Amino acid sequence: MTSELNRMTIAEARDGLARRDFSAIELTRACLEQIKLVDPKINAFITVCAHEALEQAAAADRRLAAGDAPALCGIPLAIKDIYATRGVRTTCASKMLENFVPPFDATVIARLREAGAVFIGKANMDEFAMGSSTENSAFGATRNPHNVERVPGGSSGGSAAAVAADECLGALGTDTGGSIRLPAAFCGVAGIKPTYSRVSRYGVIAYASSLDQVGPFAKTVRDAAILLRTLAGHDPHDSTCSARPVPDYEAALTGDVRGMRIGVPKEYFGAGMEPQVETAIRAALASYERLGATLVEISLPHTEYAIAAYYIVATAEASANLARYDGIRYGLRVEADNTGELYNRTRAAGFGAEVKRRIMLGAFVLSAGYYDAYYLKGQKVRTLIRGDFDRAFARCDVIATPVAPTTAFKIGEKMADPLQMYLSDIFTISVNLAGLPGLSIPCGFDSDGLPIGLQLIGAPFAEETILRAGDAFERTGAITRRAAIL
Amino acid sequence: MSDNAYEAIIGLEVHTHLMTRSKLFCGCSAGFGAGPNENVCPVCMGMPGVLPVLNRHAVELAIRAGLAAHCEIAPESIFDRKSYFYPDLPKGYQISQYELPLCKGGYIELPAHSEGAEPRRIRLTRIHMEEDAGKNIHESGASLVDFNRSGVPLVEIVSEPDIRSADEAGAYLRELRSILRYIEASDGKMEEGGLRCDVNVSVRKRGAAEFGVKTEIKNLNSFRFVEKAIEHEVARQIDILEAGGRIAQETHLWDPVREVTRPMRSKEFANDYRYFPEPDLPPLRVPPDLVEAIKTAMPELPADQRARFVRELGLTAYEAAVLTQDRDLGAYFETMLAAGLKNHRTAANWVMTEVLRVVNEAARPLADAAPLAIESGELLKLVETGAISLNAAKTAFAAMCKSGKGADATVAELGLAQVSDEGAIAAACDQVIAAEAAKVAEYRGGRDKLFGFFVGQVMKAMGGKGNPKVVNEILKRKLSG
Amino acid sequence: MADSKISVEQVRHVARLARLELSAADETALQANLSEILQYIDQLNRLDTSAVAPTAQVGEAGTPMRDDVIANRPDPEAMLANAPARAGHLFKVPRIIE
Repeated sequence: MTSELNRMTIAEARDGLARRDFSAIELTRACLEQIKLVDPKINAFITVCAHEALEQAAAADRRLAAGDAPALCGIPLAIKDIYATRGVRTTCASKMLENFVPPFDATVIARLREAGAVFIGKANMDEFAMGSSTENSAFGATRNPHNVERVPGGSSGGSAAAVAADECLGALGTDTGGSIRLPAAFCGVAGIKPTYSRVSRYGVIAYASSLDQVGPFAKTVRDAAILLRTLAGHDPHDSTCSARPVPDYEAALTGDVRGMRIGVPKEYFGAGMEPQVETAIRAALASYERLGATLVEISLPHTEYAIAAYYIVATAEASANLARYDGIRYGLRVEADNTGELYNRTRAAGFGAEVKRRIMLGAFVLSAGYYDAYYLKGQKVRTLIRGDFDRAFARCDVIATPVAPTTAFKIGEKMADPLQMYLSDIFTISVNLAGLPGLSIPCGFDSDGLPIGLQLIGAPFAEETILRAGDAFERTGAITRRAAIL
Repeated sequence: MSDNAYEAIIGLEVHTHLMTRSKLFCGCSAGFGAGPNENVCPVCMGMPGVLPVLNRHAVELAIRAGLAAHCEIAPESIFDRKSYFYPDLPKGYQISQYELPLCKGGYIELPAHSEGAEPRRIRLTRIHMEEDAGKNIHESGASLVDFNRSGVPLVEIVSEPDIRSADEAGAYLRELRSILRYIEASDGKMEEGGLRCDVNVSVRKRGAAEFGVKTEIKNLNSFRFVEKAIEHEVARQIDILEAGGRIAQETHLWDPVREVTRPMRSKEFANDYRYFPEPDLPPLRVPPDLVEAIKTAMPELPADQRARFVRELGLTAYEAAVLTQDRDLGAYFETMLAAGLKNHRTAANWVMTEVLRVVNEAARPLADAAPLAIESGELLKLVETGAISLNAAKTAFAAMCKSGKGADATVAELGLAQVSDEGAIAAACDQVIAAEAAKVAEYRGGRDKLFGFFVGQVMKAMGGKGNPKVVNEILKRKLSG
Repeated sequence: MADSKISVEQVRHVARLARLELSAADETALQANLSEILQYIDQLNRLDTSAVAPTAQVGEAGTPMRDDVIANRPDPEAMLANAPARAGHLFKVPRIIE
């Protein structure tokens, strides 16, 4: 049975480990075997940490034997290569950091270590989390386990693909404009972007600081809830991190959504949406009605402006966040005989095309003479978008939308057209601008067998509500998880 | 001279380290003198993923500085990112404050150095908080970077263009440093980079309403350089204008060796700093009760101490100004008085001459160079009671500086106590009168000038310890007798 | 491009600010990409935001403050471990021109 251990959910593995049905070492080996088997086809990992993972698993077994197993003891997880991991190279999928080994752990990495988790490897991603397809990686594109000709979504595509391909039991991603929810939808797994400030960002390589948020991928909503409980909470190293107490998210999964008001924004159902996506979403909404929830039509009138506002705010912050990659203290250096040339060449050689594009856009919108017209305007539109959600949540408890207008697109399809790529995030980006929690769960498949994702958006800190709603839908069993085509 | 037809318009931007234990945004030591890159961590090295967390004490010191300079303390201020590339700037941006600084407005009042003169007020634009950069060490063919200073808290104190001369700039800087030291916000040590100054200078025809084109001079790390650089720059600008030329708006560096300013070659794009609000730090909110608490705990400021010295101790404005240039000096003076000195001005002059001289000669801080203030006080007390002469006090003081011993012990050890005993003095006088019979006859014959000679002989006979007042009295009596 | 939102000169200027060496082909491509994106962004001008306050951050609390205590121990070797070039415990860079 060892070969099947990697297919388990975290909840199942937790119970099995507690009962000593199998060991953490066996579970970790099963994941490493699966990686050996399938990763050459999907390239979900930049670095596989077999040695370290087996050591962590051995330590987990000792704790399990001693009867002091913490929450995630022995659970193998994939870690997006955006998290600083002490002693393990952390590339952010960039040539710039190809050999960078952080001397410190991100806060959430430290928390997972304490919780006994096993880090199976560092997952592929779009370089510096800039992209929607995981094609912008200096280490090659990740492929969708459901169809290797398709993208897994991005930027946390490696994490999503690794979970979908049973290379691990769960994974960490980050979400700045949809980077957890889109790959979750494209790969048919659960992924949650918590409320901004719910989880510490310390040690998470910054893309856009006011939008970035940490979150888990998992095979079920319950697993996502289990992971989130360990991740969330106050961190004295992150000034933007909330001090609110962390609820027991798993306990919120009652299966009961009776009386829940589910808002359906009319702006999210329009031109550009694939009919099969709309059908699946409508079917999911109908399920909720059967479960006793009420559907409420709502309006989020500024939705169409979200992408424009996002590409101002995010790139402006990114242009500063990525200024530290200068070839002086760490990372790539292209030698030159003066520092100015050293910067120019190092940054030209170290960053990929999409990263350069966003740095350029960000520097431009902040530059003298353009600040008001672009940066300030973007910030004001952000206010309007937040206002839309404030008004909507006066009328509903959860907002349900598609995660994306289409299923996973073909590798290479949008690489030549940055703007088309940006538009993939049309339904996810507003949530980041407003700082809200958003859950992506599978709600069907298209005729090509590609997963379709349902997005459940909550009010600030209403993670329990959206997890409960997601879990309730999952319990209906309407969507049986299809084994990935591998 | 054409110089008189022009006036200089000068504004100063002073950066000073705040005296915190740890850095502004991380728990590294802010201390000076550690080995290279010892006081660094991922945060102040700008490693990927790190985040800043604000040091409360730095905020309190900045507020103290703001209150001391009569600024308005903003209930909510914002940190911004100031973007530029430089090897000593780890993140590629400096966390500073731009649109909404912590302190706004305010002024520094320059002490009047002569009686009846009006004190000058130099208005401030703002005081804001920011982090320092590291340090580049230039070697032939390469530069080396040490990030120990990276992230050390600074305040930047920006004046309005209210300063009109190099002298006034110097007076402003001295008063500012004095205030910062009084409130223990900064030690103002320029040699350690603890206080740095950028100068904006323009000139205009006297009476003109418009300001001229200004140049900025950077790299000024001593008060003397500031004054010299301003003098040089003002003269340079007047020469250009007189020759029919135009001033270019540019940044100059002060070359302390050749004592000239020269335009900077780099930083041609440095003016577009692309400021925007630092997303990693929420707004800095300062509750009114915190401001009140800081205000209540404020130590006496130099201006207040100055006024008190004049009003209560009868010092001149000049004496009060010198004694309050430095918090330690003012404190030294007041501790001396605590020995029970009645003549305050003698004590003030003692500090201004004897104490300042040893401090300057030793080129060390007051506490190291001079004896304890209370011992200086005791020493002057001995002069007041007539136990020793003022000259003997000076001798004792020099010895005390070296030995660190107390006043009484030193006076005893060196045998400096005056002999006021009339019997001993009379005996010495008789001895001299007997030995110098010829001169006595001359004196009695009307050569009054010889009196000094006799005093000298008596003092010599007494080993210099005779109380001069008593010697005079007795000698006069005996010679006339 | 007649309808470019950004000129090649502006592209070069921004590349200097961002310290990116660009080839001629990069410049052309970026001019086209950025123009298209800026044109898309221009739709924001349909919104009257004159009375709208900007949102820089979504949190509601003021910044937390830490106590002024030294929490880090010197470890220059760890801090220099990733250095591309060093001299002892210092980072080495080409000579800086001021």
